[in-house]
Amino acid sequence: MKPASFDYLRPATVADALAALAAGGDDARVIAGGQSLMPMLNMRLVQPRLLIDLGRLEELRTLRAEDGWLTVGAAVTQAEVLARPTLAREVPLLAAALPWVGHFQTRNRGTLCGSVAHADPSAETPLCLVATGGEVVLRNLRRRRTVPAADFFLGPLTTVKAADEIVECVRFPLARPGSGHAFREQSMRHGDFAITACAATVDERSANLGVGGMADRPTLRSWPLVDGGLPPDLDDALNAFAWDLGGDDDQHATARYRRDLVRRIGRTVLEEALSCRR
Amino acid sequence: MTATQTATQTVEIKGSPARGAEPVAAAAPFVGRAMPRVEDAALLTGVARYADDLPVKPGTLHAAILRSPHAHADLLGIDTAAALAVPGVAAVVTGEDAKRHASAFLVGIRAPMEHWCLAIDRVRHVGEPVAVVLADSRYLAEDALDRIEVRYRPLPPVTSIAQALEEGSEPLHPAVGSNLVNSRSFRYGDPEAAFARAARTVSVEVEYPRNSCTPMECFVVLADYDAAEDSYEVLSNFSGPFAVHPVMARALNVPGSRLRLKTPPHSGGSFGNKQAVFPYVVLMGLCARVAGRPVKWVEDRLEHLMAATSATARRMRIDAAVEPDGRVLALRMEQTEDCGAYLRAPEPASLYRNHGNLTGAYDIPNLALTNRIVVTNKTPTGLNRGFGGGQLYYGLERLMNRVAAELGLDPLDVIRRNLVAADAMPYRTASGGTLDSGDYRATLEQAVREGALDALMARRDALRAEGRLYGIGYAAVVEPSISNMGYITTVLTAEERRKAGPKNGAQATASVAVDPTGGVSVTVASAPQGQGHRTVLAQVVADVFGLRFEDIRVNTDLDTGKDAWSIASGNYSSRFAGAVAGAAQVAATRLRGRMAALVAAQLNCRADDVRFAGGKVFSDANPDNGLSFSRVAAAGHWSPGTLPDGQEAALRETAFWTPEPLKAPTDGDHINSSACYGFIFDFCGVEIDRTTGALRIDRYVTMHDAGRLLNPLLVEGQILGGFAHAVGTALYEEYAYGDDGRFLSGTFADYLVPTACEVPVPVILHRESPSPVTPLGAKGVGEGNCMSTPVCLANAVADALAGFSVDEPPSLPITPAKLAALIHPPEPPRPAPAAGMNEIPPPAAVKGGRGLTGEGSREVPATPEQVWAILLDPKELAALLPGCEALDLVGPNAYRAEVVVGIGPVRGRYTAEVALSDLDPPKALTLTGSGTSALGSGSGTGHVTLERTAGGTRVTYRYSASVGGKVAAVGGRMLDSASRLLIGQFFEKLVARAGGSAASDAHSARPPSLLARLLRILGLNR
Amino acid sequence: MPPLTSPETPPVLAAETRHAVSIVLNGKPRTGHAHPRLLLSDFLRHELGAHGTRVGCEHGVCGACTVRIDGVAARACLTLAVQADGRRIDTVEGLAEANEGRMTALQEAFRRHHALQCGFCTAGILMSLTDYLGRNPKPTEEELRDMLSGHLCRCTGYAGIVRAVMEVTGQTMKEVSHV
Repeated sequence: MKPASFDYLRPATVADALAALAAGGDDARVIAGGQSLMPMLNMRLVQPRLLIDLGRLEELRTLRAEDGWLTVGAAVTQAEVLARPTLAREVPLLAAALPWVGHFQTRNRGTLCGSVAHADPSAETPLCLVATGGEVVLRNLRRRRTVPAADFFLGPLTTVKAADEIVECVRFPLARPGSGHAFREQSMRHGDFAITACAATVDERSANLGVGGMADRPTLRSWPLVDGGLPPDLDDALNAFAWDLGGDDDQHATARYRRDLVRRIGRTVLEEALSCRR
Repeated sequence: MTATQTATQTVEIKGSPARGAEPVAAAAPFVGRAMPRVEDAALLTGVARYADDLPVKPGTLHAAILRSPHAHADLLGIDTAAALAVPGVAAVVTGEDAKRHASAFLVGIRAPMEHWCLAIDRVRHVGEPVAVVLADSRYLAEDALDRIEVRYRPLPPVTSIAQALEEGSEPLHPAVGSNLVNSRSFRYGDPEAAFARAARTVSVEVEYPRNSCTPMECFVVLADYDAAEDSYEVLSNFSGPFAVHPVMARALNVPGSRLRLKTPPHSGGSFGNKQAVFPYVVLMGLCARVAGRPVKWVEDRLEHLMAATSATARRMRIDAAVEPDGRVLALRMEQTEDCGAYLRAPEPASLYRNHGNLTGAYDIPNLALTNRIVVTNKTPTGLNRGFGGGQLYYGLERLMNRVAAELGLDPLDVIRRNLVAADAMPYRTASGGTLDSGDYRATLEQAVREGALDALMARRDALRAEGRLYGIGYAAVVEPSISNMGYITTVLTAEERRKAGPKNGAQATASVAVDPTGGVSVTVASAPQGQGHRTVLAQVVADVFGLRFEDIRVNTDLDTGKDAWSIASGNYSSRFAGAVAGAAQVAATRLRGRMAALVAAQLNCRADDVRFAGGKVFSDANPDNGLSFSRVAAAGHWSPGTLPDGQEAALRETAFWTPEPLKAPTDGDHINSSACYGFIFDFCGVEIDRTTGALRIDRYVTMHDAGRLLNPLLVEGQILGGFAHAVGTALYEEYAYGDDGRFLSGTFADYLVPTACEVPVPVILHRESPSPVTPLGAKGVGEGNCMSTPVCLANAVADALAGFSVDEPPSLPITPAKLAALIHPPEPPRPAPAAGMNEIPPPAAVKGGRGLTGEGSREVPATPEQVWAILLDPKELAALLPGCEALDLVGPNAYRAEVVVGIGPVRGRYTAEVALSDLDPPKALTLTGSGTSALGSGSGTGHVTLERTAGGTRVTYRYSASVGGKVAAVGGRMLDSASRLLIGQFFEKLVARAGGSAASDAHSARPPSLLARLLRILGLNR
Repeated sequence: MPPLTSPETPPVLAAETRHAVSIVLNGKPRTGHAHPRLLLSDFLRHELGAHGTRVGCEHGVCGACTVRIDGVAARACLTLAVQADGRRIDTVEGLAEANEGRMTALQEAFRRHHALQCGFCTAGILMSLTDYLGRNPKPTEEELRDMLSGHLCRCTGYAGIVRAVMEVTGQTMKEVSHV
């Protein structure tokens, strides 16, 4: 269980990284924290010819809240975001979900952008990005483009990111006054990928539920509030959502169990989000 | 469930050892005290040397093993040329080499089944070794693995006990002719009469899953071959039983004296598992011989989980003849054991290890039993903590629980009523076991009292009143220790046993030596794997000589070329405390006697009156006039010529000790399968979350009578560790396989070892009834909770589910999904699609077939004839197949394709056989493909129908796919969605080509398809 | 490869070459050589001979190989040796070394509370704790178990580990549930 051979570059600038990536094409991969990529390298599931290390690029260490967004650069670790004292105020959903991401030791190196680029359908960070209406900033040598999170994920490990692009940063909208948030997931063990994860946001007009671990990508559905509360037919709506999400049987849980969790935990987190609006 | 959530209130633990180790005090006795371990300093500071830390000889090659991606396949050919061309590769070893230099392993039953260290002509489980690359580094060796080409012809896999028993299931070993490879029936007492007179019969039928204790350190083998002497020298973290040593030597075609096997100073856990290193000892010996250089192999975690070893799966049916008061008069048992692809030594031991205690802790004099052994296309089984006990007691204790439920009795009363009585000890069981000591009823009552069962009952009542799902479970078991080396022969008939010669006993060895400075060394063949053997032996021997604990130096690394050992040596069947520590005491006592004789004259007393205490040797009558221990030691070495006649000077003693009660099976198949039997009584409270089905262990009380406790701190560690394994078995761990034989638990993300958040701290209670069998009165203690805890938790679940008319709790592991399926009401149906949405094809996974299946349809803007033409045109087909780089016609509608296929960055290069069949132009066809890559094997069949519609053609497909090997083992979670993605790519391209537009490149980023955008608008967001 | 714009960017390290990697290992500068693909765990153990760091799964779940990289606990099996170049790496061997050759209070507590059996997971757990207790000196039992869930131990059931840490942090462990 050792990686296949590759060249290694530790560029001093993002521009150099992008130039190398453009030259390497599909045979080049970028690595930042490596907590998703390294296991796949060790198992030889992924065999790049060139590995480009973004981990030490100061340019990618952006972590700031301004203009209504929390911007998290590609070299910022999950631990650094979690340790941000203002996070619970800025993006409360992320503050609630990040402790569920891996473990203390992997959060110390794992990055939010890496998790988003990896696009595991059960991962918490992509779910939060979709559920909050965040966006992904992609960059190649020539241009920078911004993709809404809802359009970014295409399927398991599959995104709209082109081979010559990096996820430069992800942007979470700052929580607006009067909004509420809640996150819960069911996993087999502490720190495991979610069987089903539910992320709820409620604002003045709508209740929104993002679900991970079911469909082949994190998926969001919204309902207008009725008289300031959750829709009276929420159970039916959650049932329809659960069925539409699909979900598969695997060795740990059935598709039916996953639908049960959407119907039940979905309601719980929506109620929680509604009640904690501030 | 988290442990901290359970800890809402603290209760004093009576009978539990002191918190933490005692400070070392100078004076004996040390036995019975919670001594801190002599092992720990090296382990805590990082200087300990495990097998992978030891130096290797210059020129050592590193091995990597090519393993079968198929569960069952004929092996047609291996091409190693490209692998040999990789720089740094010295050799590639295959089954041909094994045939030339080695032999098949001995098998424990009489059946024509061959098992070799490398596959010869067939592979029988995912992960079976097929070839070995030997190179200058492990990295280079793995590079070359990817270059070996193997041709397989897949065979139907046998993936369950039920399937193995079916007429006509594909036989794994054609010469045997059936996958039922052994069946024996036994009858003890008069079960028929008991069933005839009993008030009623209560039955239970259960299945126990495959799991494993997965030590944190994987297997390591360093092997060298000396051609001049035709001998092998191997260092490995093998744990025994050394009964396997002759099996290894025979497979290498040498006498045991020419297989010198050494064990390292430290080993990273075994729990029985490291018994299964032995095929690799042979394999690496073979490799060293072929390469002419030393070889090192370090098993990685994927290899370990996929192919190292497993506990047996077992199907059990038990009928009990019961009286109205719950007394059980007789049992009728059927056990069917899944031993995997090969019956590997010492199997079928899992099935027979408990033969003498099949009736558990109960006085049940009549027993009818049928034992069946089947083979399946799964990893061969072997030693695993609890070895057969978890399986047996899962059935037996579920049965006792069912007796109570069906008779409307308190389950605790049913246990009480059937326990063996104290005055019956030693008690001979129906099948020939001798339960050696204990007062089971008093022990149970002590646990009920000290574990506060009444408070737990009150808690259950209170929580149930709140509407919560809470249950209490019980289990009573006897824990066998020190296996009789003859029990496995119970699988043979008396006639076959007579021919083979008697097998019995459980010989333990220990050597004690005193050097000229008075230093004391102890050497044993117990192959410890972290249990603290060195500490306990120092306690035992320090007491014998009246020395300080730190005066005793214990050496546990073993060298079969020099040290005293025998077939029963090793670390298994909880034999250390009873047998090995006992043998050390015997050896030390004999040596002390010899030293006493040496100095008796000088001390003016009889040898019997010489005392050893406080580092002095003196006469009982005159304690002040003694000699120092070291002085006596020096005399033995420096002045052998001046000893009185008849006195031996040698200050070294080796004791071989075997438990007297361990005889060979009788002609009536009675067997005392273990030397001693501890008693365990557990009870627990669990709560099931109504929303998620998650189970929380609220309280767990475990009461042990393991005879005399030599070191309570270590005993507690064994119980806590066994309990943690049992929690894993009960709630989390399973070696899961798809019904196409693919292995699904290949990483620690999918094989769910419990973490600190999943394992609560049980209340541990003790009682000590010394064993009359062992020198120190000690019995084994490390395996018991693997026997009692899974079923105790299941019984609690059954109690919690009392309101749901569920006869049996879900099979192990009891997962939230399984519990939710029982406690949640029927699922609300899928709502009818809104008007106008009929066109949306639901991408559905269809379950119940083999492997991954699904179906869907697409509307294509072309006539069926045009679509047909595309599908039959090789150029077009090449463009449709995801990642197809070349497609060559090799026969009518048959192609060989080079495809690079995968999802995201995960890609494998496959040489695939692709064929079109069942052609019904322009309406239907079948598309099949199969191939193998370094990522594993893949195959699929798609039935495609074309139906003319107003807009063109509706293409409907139904597929089944099978993925094996590495990618299935590590990525099982995403296989369904990945195969949907790939099939989707095929049809999206078909739509694009039929519609005249350029096909999108599946590898590049592309905007969401029209369909996807439409779905998103409709809120489906696909 | 197109010309890179920045002169500070070091050249590409070629796959087939062993490159010098210099780290500060437990306070002492050490240099070894590594192909780009060599894992830090293998570099420490087999290139530098610091075999106190153990390897248990090589996919980041078991935690046995946990070391401190610039003080932060991380998996050595999920780090390349070349990524560690210029970094400070602390391993289990350094704990007692930095304590005048005596075991630290944490190590002593592990011994007293039988927090290890086979010892294979122990080095990683000690390194995680050394980082973690620096940031959170008095964790609750729940917080501690949350952090420990990044390590698999097959021998102890974790009870001794929790007890040892609670003692070192001046707390007592709640032994059992309710009643």
